[in-house]
Amino acid sequence: MCSPQDRRRLSPVAQIKTIIESPFALIGAHFLEWSAQIGGMCVLMAQIFVRLNPLKLDGPETWRNMYRIGVKSFPIILVTAMLTGAIMVIQSGTYIQEYGAYGLLGWGAGYSVLREVGPILIGLMFSGRVGANNTAELGTMRVTDQIDALRALAIDPINYLVVPRFYSMILMMFLLVVVGDFTALLGGAVTGQYLLGVDMELFAWSIITYIKLEDLFTGLIKSVAFGFAIAVISCHFGLKTSGGAVGVGRAVNASVVGSAIAIFVIDFIFTYALI
Amino acid sequence: MIRVEGVTKFYEGRPVLEDITLDVPEGTNLGLIGPGGAGKTLLLKIICGLVDPDRGQVTIDGVDVHKLKATELAELRFRIGMLFQNYALFDFMNVADNIAFPLRQEGKMEEEEIATRVQKMLDSIDLPRIGHQYGRELSGGMKKRVSFARAVIRRPPIIFYDDPTAGLDPVTSSKIFLLLRDIRDNYGTTSVTISHDIQGIKDICDNFAMLERGRLIFHGSRAEVERTPINLVRQFWDGFSDDELHT
Repeated sequence: MCSPQDRRRLSPVAQIKTIIESPFALIGAHFLEWSAQIGGMCVLMAQIFVRLNPLKLDGPETWRNMYRIGVKSFPIILVTAMLTGAIMVIQSGTYIQEYGAYGLLGWGAGYSVLREVGPILIGLMFSGRVGANNTAELGTMRVTDQIDALRALAIDPINYLVVPRFYSMILMMFLLVVVGDFTALLGGAVTGQYLLGVDMELFAWSIITYIKLEDLFTGLIKSVAFGFAIAVISCHFGLKTSGGAVGVGRAVNASVVGSAIAIFVIDFIFTYALI
Repeated sequence: MIRVEGVTKFYEGRPVLEDITLDVPEGTNLGLIGPGGAGKTLLLKIICGLVDPDRGQVTIDGVDVHKLKATELAELRFRIGMLFQNYALFDFMNVADNIAFPLRQEGKMEEEEIATRVQKMLDSIDLPRIGHQYGRELSGGMKKRVSFARAVIRRPPIIFYDDPTAGLDPVTSSKIFLLLRDIRDNYGTTSVTISHDIQGIKDICDNFAMLERGRLIFHGSRAEVERTPINLVRQFWDGFSDDELHT
């Protein structure tokens, strides 16, 4: 690849050649960059799995992460879930009223919330709040020599920093989706009652009757996969940070974008496999 | 005994350390001096195994640091203390926990004993009442002293100090240098000290090495520094420059 200024200095034939080659060079560069990142994530995953046996979790660090990741995310997840349930009911409300199918409101809202919208929206919120925060924290530790300081003190940074975060993120993502699903259904029921006049009992009956356990489990399986992906991606970009404060910003950006892409890819695969 | 043999390191194809060979006999303190960007911190990180060299080897007590397995390296690092140039205090811990961290990880002491040792250390660095504070609440000089305390709390036989007095006032600097000397005299530690405070390290180091643009341009005792014909070393040592720094 060369700049437009450089290109003007070339002969016409060389200019045409450069113009033809440029897109391929760009695609190649991006392919190599993506390959390097995915390779780095695979290496990190392997490093985490190697440390599973024997599993030695640092107690205080694990609790600190569970609190930071789970408890601190609780309010924002509740608000998101409550509104998600309400939106699902409002969206389906028009058709429910048109056909008088009030008994299907709970099923319609519940099915979409439990299988798709709940885990995805909570996953995206989780990656924006927890994943970004995790990348920023590890990235800052990296550029301020704190990770080297751990190594110098004979502490394995993967064991001390990454493994507790990995477990905390998977567990907390799962629990937050469980709580979020319940809250979304509650939000849907309340909205149905006050905006559409659908009795809460009817809403609950509709859920219990039409929603299968596998609908709930599909969402929960996805939540575990999302937590796994967000943990690996955010830790990878955090640990690979370089270039001071600007580098931390870049790493956080890459982590949030990477997590969002991973969430949709995983969702596609699981939806296809579990439908 | 620390021995560095032919250590070379490249960054983006450019040599940043070239064929460095030096040794630090047991119980002695090597003063590593040189202008900023000469590669001093990188050399220190290579010596303690945080960065791998592209060529050459580093041995500590006859063991090649860069050929050790992870567990063996961890064992070696329990015997090493390191003070980082930019403090490297853990943001998520308060001062007392930062200082106590190496002892807790070692797992050989009771909490009570750790607390006593930490308080003693805080007293010795003139910061007796900041144990509950976090790094973000401290000045640069205070962070440096806390970082120093964390590096030496385990009383390791080998200690690397990367600019231990940078950002400190002259009084605190001299106290830190006294502490360095005490540690060496009382515990017989082997150490490498990077410093730009030449007056300060003159008295605490047995030998000196000077790096310039990644090359070792001098390695010898204090008497040899004072007799050296190398202009840059003399300028650095005496702290004067009639025109610009040159070799």
